[in-house]
Amino acid sequence: MQFGIFSVGDITTDPTTGQTPTDASRLQDILTIAQHAETVGLDVFAMGEHHNPPFFPSSPVAINSYLAAKTDKIILSTATTLITTNDPVRIAEEYAMLQHLSGGRMDLTLGRGNTGPVYPWFGEDIRQGIPLALEKYALLRRLWREDVVDWEGQFRTPLQGFTSTPRPLDGVPPFVWHGSIRSPEIAEQAAFYGDGFFSNHIFWPASHTAKMVAFYRQRFEHYGHGRADQAIVGLGGQVFMRKNSQDAVREFRPYFDNAPVYGHGPSLEDFTSQTPLTVGSPQEVIDKTLGFRDYVGDYQRQLFLMDHAGLPLKTVLEQLDLLGEEVVPVLRREFAANRPTDIPDAPTHASLRAVADAAPALVESEVK
Amino acid sequence: MAARKLAVVSAGLSQPSSTRMLADRLADATVARLTEQGVEVEVTTVELRDVASDIMNNMLTGFASPKLEAVIDAVTGADGLIAVTPIFTTSYSGLFKSFFDVLDNRSLTDMPVLIGATAGTARHSLALDYALRPMFTYLHAVVVPTSVFAASEDWGSGADKIKTLPDRIDRAAGELVPLIAASDRSSQVRDPFGFDASLSPVGGFQPS
Repeated sequence: MQFGIFSVGDITTDPTTGQTPTDASRLQDILTIAQHAETVGLDVFAMGEHHNPPFFPSSPVAINSYLAAKTDKIILSTATTLITTNDPVRIAEEYAMLQHLSGGRMDLTLGRGNTGPVYPWFGEDIRQGIPLALEKYALLRRLWREDVVDWEGQFRTPLQGFTSTPRPLDGVPPFVWHGSIRSPEIAEQAAFYGDGFFSNHIFWPASHTAKMVAFYRQRFEHYGHGRADQAIVGLGGQVFMRKNSQDAVREFRPYFDNAPVYGHGPSLEDFTSQTPLTVGSPQEVIDKTLGFRDYVGDYQRQLFLMDHAGLPLKTVLEQLDLLGEEVVPVLRREFAANRPTDIPDAPTHASLRAVADAAPALVESEVK
Repeated sequence: MAARKLAVVSAGLSQPSSTRMLADRLADATVARLTEQGVEVEVTTVELRDVASDIMNNMLTGFASPKLEAVIDAVTGADGLIAVTPIFTTSYSGLFKSFFDVLDNRSLTDMPVLIGATAGTARHSLALDYALRPMFTYLHAVVVPTSVFAASEDWGSGADKIKTLPDRIDRAAGELVPLIAASDRSSQVRDPFGFDASLSPVGGFQPS
Protein backbone atom coordinates (compact mmCIF):
# COMPACT_ATOMS: atom_id res chain seq x y z
CA MET A 1 0.00 0.00 0.00
CA GLN A 2 1.20 3.51 -0.83
CA PHE A 3 1.22 6.41 1.61
CA GLY A 4 1.83 10.01 0.76
CA ILE A 5 0.70 13.58 0.85
CA PHE A 6 -1.08 15.92 -1.50
CA SER A 7 -1.04 19.69 -1.67
CA VAL A 8 -3.63 21.98 -3.19
CA GLY A 9 -1.21 24.92 -3.09
CA ASP A 10 -3.47 27.37 -1.32
CA ILE A 11 -2.08 30.78 -0.36
CA THR A 12 -3.72 31.35 3.02
CA THR A 13 -2.91 33.88 5.71
CA ASP A 14 -1.63 32.24 8.88
CA PRO A 15 -4.41 33.25 11.29
CA THR A 16 -2.06 33.13 14.27
CA THR A 17 0.52 35.55 12.85
CA GLY A 18 -1.30 37.42 10.09
CA GLN A 19 1.50 36.43 7.68
CA THR A 20 0.53 35.67 4.09
CA PRO A 21 3.07 33.81 1.96
CA THR A 22 3.90 35.08 -1.52
CA ASP A 23 3.53 32.82 -4.55
CA ALA A 24 7.31 32.59 -4.59
CA SER A 25 7.72 31.58 -0.93
CA ARG A 26 4.82 29.14 -1.01
CA LEU A 27 6.25 27.45 -4.10
CA GLN A 28 9.63 27.08 -2.41
CA ASP A 29 7.93 25.71 0.73
CA ILE A 30 6.07 23.11 -1.29
CA LEU A 31 9.27 21.99 -3.01
CA THR A 32 10.81 21.57 0.45
CA ILE A 33 7.74 19.71 1.71
CA ALA A 34 7.74 17.30 -1.24
CA GLN A 35 11.42 16.47 -0.78
CA HIS A 36 10.93 16.06 2.96
CA ALA A 37 8.09 13.64 2.24
CA GLU A 38 10.61 11.41 0.49
CA THR A 39 13.10 11.80 3.34
CA VAL A 40 10.59 10.60 5.93
CA GLY A 41 9.78 7.56 3.82
CA LEU A 42 6.52 8.45 2.10
CA ASP A 43 5.72 6.91 -1.27
CA VAL A 44 3.73 9.60 -3.09
CA PHE A 45 3.63 13.37 -3.47
CA ALA A 46 0.67 14.78 -5.40
CA MET A 47 0.33 18.40 -6.53
CA GLY A 48 -2.91 20.19 -7.30
CA GLU A 49 -3.74 22.31 -10.34
CA HIS A 50 -5.60 25.61 -10.08
CA HIS A 51 -6.06 28.64 -12.26
CA ASN A 52 -7.37 31.09 -9.72
CA PRO A 53 -6.06 32.77 -6.59
CA PRO A 54 -5.74 31.99 -3.69
CA PHE A 55 -4.07 29.01 -5.33
CA PHE A 56 -0.77 29.32 -7.20
CA PRO A 57 0.06 25.93 -8.82
CA SER A 58 -1.17 26.33 -12.39
CA SER A 59 1.22 23.65 -13.62
CA PRO A 60 1.73 20.58 -11.43
CA VAL A 61 3.63 18.91 -14.27
CA ALA A 62 6.30 21.63 -14.10
CA ILE A 63 6.58 21.27 -10.31
CA ASN A 64 6.75 17.49 -10.57
CA SER A 65 9.41 17.68 -13.30
CA TYR A 66 11.59 19.76 -10.99
CA LEU A 67 10.95 17.33 -8.15
CA ALA A 68 11.79 14.38 -10.38
CA ALA A 69 15.32 15.75 -10.67
CA LYS A 70 15.57 16.42 -6.93
CA THR A 71 14.23 13.11 -5.60
CA ASP A 72 15.02 9.43 -6.06
CA LYS A 73 12.16 7.25 -4.98
CA ILE A 74 8.94 9.13 -4.40
CA ILE A 75 6.13 8.80 -6.96
CA LEU A 76 5.06 12.19 -8.31
CA SER A 77 1.34 12.45 -8.89
CA THR A 78 -1.31 15.15 -9.15
CA ALA A 79 -4.32 16.22 -7.12
CA THR A 80 -5.68 16.83 -9.64
CA THR A 81 -4.86 17.35 -13.31
CA LEU A 82 -7.81 19.17 -14.86
CA ILE A 83 -9.10 16.99 -17.66
CA THR A 84 -11.96 19.37 -18.47
CA THR A 85 -10.14 22.60 -19.24
CA ASN A 86 -6.77 21.31 -20.46
CA ASP A 87 -6.17 20.13 -23.98
CA PRO A 88 -5.79 16.34 -23.77
CA VAL A 89 -3.06 16.56 -26.40
CA ARG A 90 -0.98 18.78 -24.11
CA ILE A 91 -1.67 16.45 -21.15
CA ALA A 92 -0.50 13.48 -23.23
CA GLU A 93 2.66 15.28 -24.30
CA GLU A 94 3.62 16.92 -21.02
CA TYR A 95 2.99 13.94 -18.77
CA ALA A 96 4.78 11.60 -21.16
CA MET A 97 7.70 14.01 -20.92
CA LEU A 98 7.50 13.86 -17.13
CA GLN A 99 7.34 10.09 -17.35
CA HIS A 100 10.69 10.05 -19.18
CA LEU A 101 12.28 12.66 -16.93
CA SER A 102 11.25 10.77 -13.80
CA GLY A 103 12.08 7.32 -15.09
CA GLY A 104 8.47 6.29 -14.79
CA ARG A 105 8.22 7.58 -11.22
CA MET A 106 4.90 9.34 -11.85
CA ASP A 107 1.19 8.93 -12.40
CA LEU A 108 -1.71 11.35 -12.49
CA THR A 109 -5.12 11.86 -11.01
CA LEU A 110 -7.69 13.44 -13.27
CA GLY A 111 -10.31 15.79 -11.89
CA ARG A 112 -12.89 18.13 -13.32
CA GLY A 113 -12.43 21.20 -11.14
CA ASN A 114 -15.39 22.92 -9.54
CA THR A 115 -14.49 26.59 -9.93
CA GLY A 116 -17.13 28.06 -12.24
CA PRO A 117 -15.11 30.83 -13.98
CA VAL A 118 -12.16 28.57 -14.81
CA TYR A 119 -14.24 26.80 -17.46
CA PRO A 120 -15.07 29.92 -19.53
CA TRP A 121 -11.51 31.20 -19.09
CA PHE A 122 -10.46 28.13 -21.04
CA GLY A 123 -13.35 28.28 -23.47
CA GLU A 124 -15.47 25.59 -21.80
CA ASP A 125 -18.82 25.38 -19.99
CA ILE A 126 -19.02 23.92 -16.46
CA ARG A 127 -22.39 22.37 -17.32
CA GLN A 128 -20.46 20.13 -19.73
CA GLY A 129 -18.05 18.97 -17.00
CA ILE A 130 -18.88 15.27 -17.26
CA PRO A 131 -19.00 15.09 -21.09
CA LEU A 132 -15.69 17.00 -21.22
CA ALA A 133 -14.05 14.57 -18.78
CA LEU A 134 -15.32 11.52 -20.66
CA GLU A 135 -14.42 12.61 -24.18
CA LYS A 136 -11.06 14.21 -23.38
CA TYR A 137 -9.87 11.19 -21.42
CA ALA A 138 -10.94 8.84 -24.21
CA LEU A 139 -8.66 10.84 -26.51
CA LEU A 140 -5.83 11.02 -23.95
CA ARG A 141 -5.79 7.23 -23.70
CA ARG A 142 -5.56 6.80 -27.43
CA LEU A 143 -2.74 9.36 -27.71
CA TRP A 144 -0.63 7.24 -25.35
CA ARG A 145 -1.61 3.90 -26.86
CA GLU A 146 -1.71 4.51 -30.61
CA ASP A 147 1.27 5.87 -32.50
CA VAL A 148 -0.87 7.66 -35.06
CA VAL A 149 -4.27 9.00 -34.09
CA ASP A 150 -7.17 10.12 -36.27
CA TRP A 151 -9.81 11.65 -34.03
CA GLU A 152 -12.92 13.76 -34.13
CA GLY A 153 -14.99 14.88 -31.16
CA GLN A 154 -17.15 17.57 -29.68
CA PHE A 155 -14.66 19.55 -27.62
CA ARG A 156 -11.45 19.83 -29.60
CA THR A 157 -10.32 20.48 -33.12
CA PRO A 158 -10.07 17.17 -35.04
CA LEU A 159 -6.78 15.31 -35.41
CA GLN A 160 -5.61 13.61 -38.58
CA GLY A 161 -2.41 11.60 -38.50
CA PHE A 162 -1.29 13.00 -35.15
CA THR A 163 1.49 11.43 -33.10
CA SER A 164 1.90 12.53 -29.48
CA THR A 165 5.55 12.73 -28.47
CA PRO A 166 7.51 11.58 -26.65
CA ARG A 167 5.96 8.14 -26.88
CA PRO A 168 5.35 6.68 -23.39
CA LEU A 169 8.42 5.33 -21.58
CA ASP A 170 8.98 1.65 -22.46
CA GLY A 171 5.69 1.77 -24.38
CA VAL A 172 3.82 1.82 -21.05
CA PRO A 173 1.25 4.61 -20.64
CA PRO A 174 1.22 6.40 -17.27
CA PHE A 175 -1.25 5.01 -14.75
CA VAL A 176 -4.34 7.16 -14.31
CA TRP A 177 -6.56 7.69 -11.29
CA HIS A 178 -9.92 9.37 -11.67
CA GLY A 179 -10.81 11.65 -8.80
CA SER A 180 -14.35 12.49 -7.86
CA ILE A 181 -16.17 13.20 -4.65
CA ARG A 182 -19.75 12.90 -5.77
CA SER A 183 -20.12 12.05 -9.46
CA PRO A 184 -20.97 8.41 -10.11
CA GLU A 185 -20.26 9.02 -13.81
CA ILE A 186 -16.55 9.38 -12.97
CA ALA A 187 -16.57 6.20 -10.87
CA GLU A 188 -18.18 4.51 -13.87
CA GLN A 189 -15.47 5.87 -16.17
CA ALA A 190 -12.68 4.64 -13.88
CA ALA A 191 -14.33 1.22 -13.65
CA PHE A 192 -14.86 1.00 -17.42
CA TYR A 193 -11.14 1.37 -18.12
CA GLY A 194 -9.93 -0.50 -15.03
CA ASP A 195 -8.18 2.70 -13.90
CA GLY A 196 -7.82 3.81 -10.31
CA PHE A 197 -10.54 5.68 -8.46
CA PHE A 198 -9.48 8.34 -6.00
CA SER A 199 -12.01 9.60 -3.49
CA ASN A 200 -10.78 12.70 -1.77
CA HIS A 201 -13.25 12.28 1.03
CA ILE A 202 -11.75 14.81 3.42
CA PHE A 203 -14.77 17.10 3.34
CA TRP A 204 -17.42 14.38 3.19
CA PRO A 205 -18.98 11.88 5.55
CA ALA A 206 -17.69 8.33 5.43
CA SER A 207 -21.11 6.95 4.48
CA HIS A 208 -20.98 8.84 1.19
CA THR A 209 -17.46 7.68 0.34
CA ALA A 210 -18.39 4.10 1.20
CA LYS A 211 -21.21 4.16 -1.36
CA MET A 212 -19.12 5.76 -4.10
CA VAL A 213 -16.26 3.27 -3.68
CA ALA A 214 -18.66 0.32 -3.50
CA PHE A 215 -20.23 1.49 -6.75
CA TYR A 216 -16.82 1.79 -8.45
CA ARG A 217 -15.78 -1.66 -7.22
CA GLN A 218 -18.99 -3.26 -8.46
CA ARG A 219 -18.64 -1.65 -11.90
CA PHE A 220 -14.90 -2.58 -12.06
CA GLU A 221 -15.92 -6.21 -11.72
CA HIS A 222 -18.79 -5.74 -14.17
CA TYR A 223 -16.33 -4.56 -16.83
CA GLY A 224 -14.18 -7.63 -16.31
CA HIS A 225 -11.05 -6.13 -14.77
CA GLY A 226 -11.07 -8.46 -11.77
CA ARG A 227 -13.07 -8.93 -8.62
CA ALA A 228 -14.65 -5.93 -6.96
CA ASP A 229 -12.24 -6.19 -4.04
CA GLN A 230 -9.32 -6.01 -6.48
CA ALA A 231 -10.25 -2.58 -7.87
CA ILE A 232 -7.69 0.20 -7.36
CA VAL A 233 -8.85 2.64 -4.72
CA GLY A 234 -7.19 5.73 -3.27
CA LEU A 235 -8.41 7.94 -0.44
CA GLY A 236 -7.68 11.41 0.79
CA GLY A 237 -7.16 12.17 4.43
CA GLN A 238 -6.46 15.16 6.59
CA VAL A 239 -4.67 15.14 9.92
CA PHE A 240 -2.97 17.38 12.44
CA MET A 241 -0.91 15.72 15.14
CA ARG A 242 0.96 16.44 18.31
CA LYS A 243 2.19 13.94 20.86
CA ASN A 244 -0.62 15.03 23.13
CA SER A 245 -4.08 15.16 21.68
CA GLN A 246 -5.00 18.37 23.53
CA ASP A 247 -1.95 20.17 22.15
CA ALA A 248 -2.96 19.21 18.63
CA VAL A 249 -6.49 20.53 19.10
CA ARG A 250 -5.32 23.77 20.69
CA GLU A 251 -2.73 24.45 17.99
CA PHE A 252 -4.90 23.50 15.01
CA ARG A 253 -8.16 25.17 16.09
CA PRO A 254 -7.36 28.68 14.76
CA TYR A 255 -6.35 27.17 11.42
CA PHE A 256 -9.54 25.11 11.32
CA ASP A 257 -11.77 28.01 12.32
CA ASN A 258 -10.38 30.20 9.54
CA ALA A 259 -9.76 27.59 6.84
CA PRO A 260 -11.05 28.57 3.39
CA VAL A 261 -13.23 25.50 2.90
CA TYR A 262 -14.86 24.80 6.25
CA GLY A 263 -13.93 27.80 8.38
CA HIS A 264 -16.63 29.76 10.18
CA GLY A 265 -18.99 26.81 9.82
CA PRO A 266 -19.19 23.64 11.89
CA SER A 267 -17.11 23.27 15.03
CA LEU A 268 -13.83 21.35 14.93
CA GLU A 269 -15.49 18.70 17.08
CA ASP A 270 -18.50 18.29 14.74
CA PHE A 271 -16.29 18.22 11.68
CA THR A 272 -13.92 15.59 13.06
CA SER A 273 -16.85 13.40 14.05
CA GLN A 274 -18.51 13.72 10.62
CA THR A 275 -15.50 13.61 8.26
CA PRO A 276 -12.10 11.87 8.10
CA LEU A 277 -10.33 14.90 9.62
CA THR A 278 -8.31 13.78 12.64
CA VAL A 279 -6.78 16.24 15.07
CA GLY A 280 -5.00 14.49 17.89
CA SER A 281 -2.18 12.14 18.76
CA PRO A 282 -0.40 9.89 16.26
CA GLN A 283 -2.27 6.96 17.78
CA GLU A 284 -5.62 8.63 17.09
CA VAL A 285 -4.57 9.22 13.48
CA ILE A 286 -3.57 5.56 13.20
CA ASP A 287 -6.89 4.38 14.63
CA LYS A 288 -9.02 6.62 12.41
CA THR A 289 -7.06 5.85 9.24
CA LEU A 290 -7.21 2.10 9.83
CA GLY A 291 -10.96 2.58 10.15
CA PHE A 292 -11.14 3.69 6.49
CA ARG A 293 -10.63 0.07 5.48
CA ASP A 294 -13.80 -0.86 7.33
CA TYR A 295 -15.91 1.04 4.83
CA VAL A 296 -13.95 0.93 1.55
CA GLY A 297 -12.22 -2.43 1.86
CA ASP A 298 -8.50 -3.09 1.31
CA TYR A 299 -7.21 -0.19 -0.75
CA GLN A 300 -4.06 0.90 -2.51
CA ARG A 301 -3.22 4.54 -1.81
CA GLN A 302 -3.67 6.85 1.16
CA LEU A 303 -2.78 10.52 0.71
CA PHE A 304 -2.94 13.12 3.47
CA LEU A 305 -3.44 16.86 3.15
CA MET A 306 -0.83 18.38 5.47
CA ASP A 307 0.10 21.86 4.18
CA HIS A 308 -2.90 24.12 4.00
CA ALA A 309 -4.94 26.75 5.80
CA GLY A 310 -1.85 28.89 6.43
CA LEU A 311 0.15 26.37 8.47
CA PRO A 312 3.81 27.51 8.55
CA LEU A 313 6.50 25.44 6.86
CA LYS A 314 8.16 24.45 10.12
CA THR A 315 4.90 23.02 11.45
CA VAL A 316 4.24 21.11 8.24
CA LEU A 317 7.72 19.55 8.32
CA GLU A 318 7.15 18.50 11.95
CA GLN A 319 3.85 16.94 10.86
CA LEU A 320 5.66 15.00 8.14
CA ASP A 321 8.19 13.76 10.70
CA LEU A 322 5.38 12.43 12.88
CA LEU A 323 3.67 10.91 9.86
CA GLY A 324 6.82 9.21 8.61
CA GLU A 325 8.18 8.08 11.96
CA GLU A 326 5.16 7.21 14.06
CA VAL A 327 2.11 6.79 11.84
CA VAL A 328 2.97 5.31 8.45
CA PRO A 329 5.16 2.43 9.72
CA VAL A 330 2.25 1.26 11.90
CA LEU A 331 -0.25 1.77 9.09
CA ARG A 332 1.93 -0.28 6.70
CA ARG A 333 2.10 -3.12 9.18
CA GLU A 334 -1.56 -3.06 10.15
CA PHE A 335 -2.93 -2.64 6.62
CA ALA A 336 -0.71 -5.52 5.45
CA ALA A 337 -2.01 -7.80 8.20
CA ASN A 338 -5.00 -9.85 7.06
CA ARG A 339 -4.78 -8.40 3.57
CA PRO A 340 -5.60 -11.16 1.09
CA THR A 341 -2.60 -11.97 -1.09
CA ASP A 342 -4.55 -11.48 -4.31
CA ILE A 343 -5.38 -7.84 -3.59
CA PRO A 344 -3.12 -5.91 -5.97
CA ASP A 345 -0.87 -3.00 -5.04
CA ALA A 346 -1.30 0.30 -6.83
CA PRO A 347 0.14 -0.08 -10.34
CA THR A 348 3.60 1.45 -10.87
CA HIS A 349 5.66 1.85 -14.01
CA ALA A 350 7.57 -1.31 -13.10
CA SER A 351 4.46 -3.38 -12.49
CA LEU A 352 2.74 -2.13 -15.65
CA ARG A 353 5.88 -2.81 -17.65
CA ALA A 354 6.06 -6.33 -16.30
CA VAL A 355 2.47 -6.92 -17.39
CA ALA A 356 3.16 -5.45 -20.84
CA ASP A 357 6.32 -7.54 -21.29
CA ALA A 358 4.44 -10.69 -20.32
CA ALA A 359 1.74 -10.07 -22.92
CA PRO A 360 3.27 -8.13 -25.80
CA ALA A 361 0.46 -9.09 -28.17
CA LEU A 362 -2.18 -7.41 -26.05
CA VAL A 363 -2.53 -3.97 -27.52
CA GLU A 364 -5.66 -2.07 -26.72
CA SER A 365 -7.66 -1.68 -29.90
CA GLU A 366 -9.41 1.49 -30.82
CA VAL A 367 -11.91 2.49 -28.18
CA LYS A 368 -15.40 1.84 -29.41
CA MET B 1 -51.28 0.21 -0.16
CA ALA B 2 -48.68 1.63 2.18
CA ALA B 3 -49.44 4.81 4.10
CA ARG B 4 -48.77 8.05 2.26
CA LYS B 5 -46.14 10.34 3.73
CA LEU B 6 -46.82 14.00 4.32
CA ALA B 7 -43.95 16.33 5.22
CA VAL B 8 -44.66 19.66 6.89
CA VAL B 9 -41.94 22.31 6.96
CA SER B 10 -42.32 25.36 9.17
CA ALA B 11 -39.78 28.17 9.19
CA GLY B 12 -41.39 29.91 12.16
CA LEU B 13 -39.02 31.18 14.79
CA SER B 14 -40.96 32.03 17.94
CA GLN B 15 -42.76 29.80 20.45
CA PRO B 16 -45.63 29.61 19.81
CA SER B 17 -45.27 30.56 16.19
CA SER B 18 -48.19 31.56 13.98
CA THR B 19 -46.26 29.97 11.09
CA ARG B 20 -46.28 26.64 12.89
CA MET B 21 -49.96 27.13 13.77
CA LEU B 22 -50.82 27.64 10.10
CA ALA B 23 -48.68 24.66 9.10
CA ASP B 24 -50.45 22.45 11.64
CA ARG B 25 -53.91 23.56 10.47
CA LEU B 26 -53.02 22.88 6.84
CA ALA B 27 -51.70 19.46 7.86
CA ASP B 28 -54.78 18.67 9.97
CA ALA B 29 -57.14 19.60 7.12
CA THR B 30 -55.14 17.48 4.69
CA VAL B 31 -55.00 14.48 7.00
CA ALA B 32 -58.74 14.75 7.74
CA ARG B 33 -59.64 14.65 4.05
CA LEU B 34 -57.26 11.80 3.30
CA THR B 35 -58.61 9.78 6.22
CA GLU B 36 -62.16 10.47 4.99
CA GLN B 37 -61.14 8.88 1.71
CA GLY B 38 -59.64 5.89 3.48
CA VAL B 39 -56.07 6.90 2.67
CA GLU B 40 -53.70 6.29 5.55
CA VAL B 41 -51.13 9.04 6.06
CA GLU B 42 -48.02 9.56 8.20
CA VAL B 43 -47.08 13.14 9.02
CA THR B 44 -43.55 14.38 9.69
CA THR B 45 -43.36 17.96 10.87
CA VAL B 46 -40.07 19.81 10.73
CA GLU B 47 -39.27 23.06 12.50
CA LEU B 48 -36.34 24.45 10.54
CA ARG B 49 -35.18 26.30 13.63
CA ASP B 50 -34.16 22.91 15.08
CA VAL B 51 -31.68 22.41 12.25
CA ALA B 52 -30.80 26.06 11.61
CA SER B 53 -27.07 25.80 12.24
CA ASP B 54 -26.93 22.46 10.39
CA ILE B 55 -28.45 24.17 7.34
CA MET B 56 -25.84 26.92 7.43
CA ASN B 57 -23.03 24.41 7.95
CA ASN B 58 -24.28 22.45 4.96
CA MET B 59 -24.20 25.65 2.93
CA LEU B 60 -20.55 26.17 3.92
CA THR B 61 -19.21 22.63 3.79
CA GLY B 62 -21.37 21.08 1.07
CA PHE B 63 -22.66 18.16 3.11
CA ALA B 64 -25.46 17.64 5.61
CA SER B 65 -24.97 16.60 9.23
CA PRO B 66 -26.64 13.31 10.16
CA LYS B 67 -29.45 15.26 11.85
CA LEU B 68 -30.11 17.40 8.78
CA GLU B 69 -29.74 14.40 6.50
CA ALA B 70 -32.65 12.73 8.30
CA VAL B 71 -34.78 15.84 7.81
CA ILE B 72 -33.87 16.10 4.13
CA ASP B 73 -34.70 12.42 3.58
CA ALA B 74 -38.08 12.84 5.28
CA VAL B 75 -38.97 15.90 3.19
CA THR B 76 -37.70 14.78 -0.20
CA GLY B 77 -39.06 11.25 0.19
CA ALA B 78 -42.63 12.34 0.99
CA ASP B 79 -45.78 12.12 -1.15
CA GLY B 80 -46.71 15.69 -0.35
CA LEU B 81 -45.19 18.77 1.24
CA ILE B 82 -46.74 21.62 3.17
CA ALA B 83 -44.23 24.48 3.33
CA VAL B 84 -44.93 27.53 5.45
CA THR B 85 -42.71 30.54 6.07
CA PRO B 86 -42.99 33.88 7.77
CA ILE B 87 -42.62 36.78 5.34
CA PHE B 88 -39.51 38.78 6.22
CA THR B 89 -38.54 41.90 4.28
CA THR B 90 -41.03 41.16 1.47
CA SER B 91 -40.10 37.50 0.92
CA TYR B 92 -39.61 34.05 2.47
CA SER B 93 -37.29 34.03 5.46
CA GLY B 94 -33.61 33.37 4.85
CA LEU B 95 -33.83 30.17 6.89
CA PHE B 96 -36.67 28.86 4.72
CA LYS B 97 -34.79 29.62 1.49
CA SER B 98 -31.52 28.24 2.84
CA PHE B 99 -33.16 24.90 3.57
CA PHE B 100 -34.38 24.59 0.00
CA ASP B 101 -31.02 25.86 -1.25
CA VAL B 102 -29.14 22.92 0.28
CA LEU B 103 -31.47 20.30 -1.22
CA ASP B 104 -30.38 18.55 -4.39
CA ASN B 105 -32.26 20.58 -7.00
CA ARG B 106 -33.78 17.40 -8.45
CA SER B 107 -35.05 16.07 -5.16
CA LEU B 108 -38.48 17.77 -5.20
CA THR B 109 -39.35 16.90 -8.78
CA ASP B 110 -43.09 16.08 -9.06
CA MET B 111 -43.62 16.76 -5.36
CA PRO B 112 -47.18 17.98 -4.59
CA VAL B 113 -46.71 21.16 -2.57
CA LEU B 114 -49.04 23.41 -0.64
CA ILE B 115 -47.49 26.77 0.23
CA GLY B 116 -48.42 29.01 3.11
CA ALA B 117 -47.10 32.17 4.70
CA THR B 118 -47.66 34.40 7.70
CA ALA B 119 -46.97 38.07 8.33
CA GLY B 120 -48.10 41.00 10.38
CA THR B 121 -50.21 42.42 7.60
CA ALA B 122 -52.09 41.09 4.61
CA ARG B 123 -50.21 43.56 2.41
CA HIS B 124 -47.41 40.92 2.18
CA SER B 125 -49.68 38.20 0.83
CA LEU B 126 -48.42 38.39 -2.75
CA ALA B 127 -45.02 37.10 -1.59
CA LEU B 128 -46.57 33.64 -1.91
CA ASP B 129 -46.99 34.17 -5.62
CA TYR B 130 -43.88 36.12 -6.48
CA ALA B 131 -41.42 34.28 -4.22
CA LEU B 132 -42.54 30.84 -2.96
CA ARG B 133 -44.46 29.67 -6.02
CA PRO B 134 -41.66 30.37 -8.55
CA MET B 135 -39.08 28.76 -6.25
CA PHE B 136 -41.02 25.49 -6.14
CA THR B 137 -41.76 25.72 -9.85
CA TYR B 138 -38.02 26.00 -10.49
CA LEU B 139 -37.59 22.80 -8.46
CA HIS B 140 -40.18 21.10 -10.71
CA ALA B 141 -42.55 20.61 -7.80
CA VAL B 142 -46.32 20.75 -8.41
CA VAL B 143 -47.72 23.66 -6.41
CA VAL B 144 -51.50 23.60 -5.86
CA PRO B 145 -53.35 26.69 -7.09
CA THR B 146 -54.53 27.85 -3.67
CA SER B 147 -51.89 29.14 -1.30
CA VAL B 148 -52.79 30.23 2.19
CA PHE B 149 -51.72 33.48 3.75
CA ALA B 150 -52.49 34.29 7.38
CA ALA B 151 -51.95 37.83 8.64
CA SER B 152 -51.98 38.54 12.35
CA GLU B 153 -55.57 39.75 12.07
CA ASP B 154 -56.66 36.37 10.65
CA TRP B 155 -56.15 34.90 14.10
CA GLY B 156 -58.50 37.45 15.71
CA SER B 157 -61.37 39.81 15.17
CA GLY B 158 -60.01 41.51 12.06
CA ALA B 159 -60.20 38.34 9.99
CA ASP B 160 -61.85 38.10 6.60
CA LYS B 161 -65.47 37.10 7.35
CA ILE B 162 -66.38 36.12 3.78
CA LYS B 163 -63.44 33.91 2.80
CA THR B 164 -62.36 32.89 6.29
CA LEU B 165 -58.97 31.37 7.11
CA PRO B 166 -60.56 27.95 7.75
CA ASP B 167 -62.29 28.19 4.36
CA ARG B 168 -59.01 28.97 2.64
CA ILE B 169 -57.23 26.17 4.49
CA ASP B 170 -59.95 23.71 3.54
CA ARG B 171 -59.89 24.70 -0.11
CA ALA B 172 -56.08 24.36 -0.29
CA ALA B 173 -56.11 20.98 1.47
CA GLY B 174 -58.79 19.85 -0.96
CA GLU B 175 -56.46 20.61 -3.85
CA LEU B 176 -53.47 18.86 -2.25
CA VAL B 177 -55.26 15.66 -1.20
CA PRO B 178 -55.85 14.04 -4.62
CA LEU B 179 -52.22 14.64 -5.57
CA ILE B 180 -50.99 12.95 -2.38
CA ALA B 181 -53.44 10.09 -2.81
CA ALA B 182 -52.16 9.47 -6.31
CA SER B 183 -48.46 9.84 -5.44
CA ASP B 184 -46.04 6.94 -5.22
CA ARG B 185 -43.03 9.12 -4.45
CA SER B 186 -42.50 7.67 -0.97
CA SER B 187 -42.36 4.11 -2.26
CA GLN B 188 -40.04 4.85 -5.19
CA VAL B 189 -36.54 3.52 -4.93
CA ARG B 190 -34.14 6.37 -5.57
CA ASP B 191 -30.66 5.45 -6.70
CA PRO B 192 -28.26 8.11 -5.45
CA PHE B 193 -25.74 6.87 -8.01
CA GLY B 194 -28.15 6.64 -10.89
CA PHE B 195 -27.18 8.42 -14.06
CA ASP B 196 -28.70 8.86 -17.46
CA ALA B 197 -28.99 5.53 -19.27
CA SER B 198 -27.48 7.12 -22.38
CA LEU B 199 -24.17 7.78 -20.59
CA SER B 200 -21.22 6.29 -22.42
CA PRO B 201 -17.95 6.04 -20.47
CA VAL B 202 -16.04 7.08 -23.58
CA GLY B 203 -18.06 10.24 -24.21
CA GLY B 204 -21.14 11.01 -26.21
CA PHE B 205 -19.78 12.14 -29.56
CA GLN B 206 -20.99 10.18 -32.55
CA PRO B 207 -18.97 10.81 -35.71
CA SER B 208 -21.27 11.43 -38.65
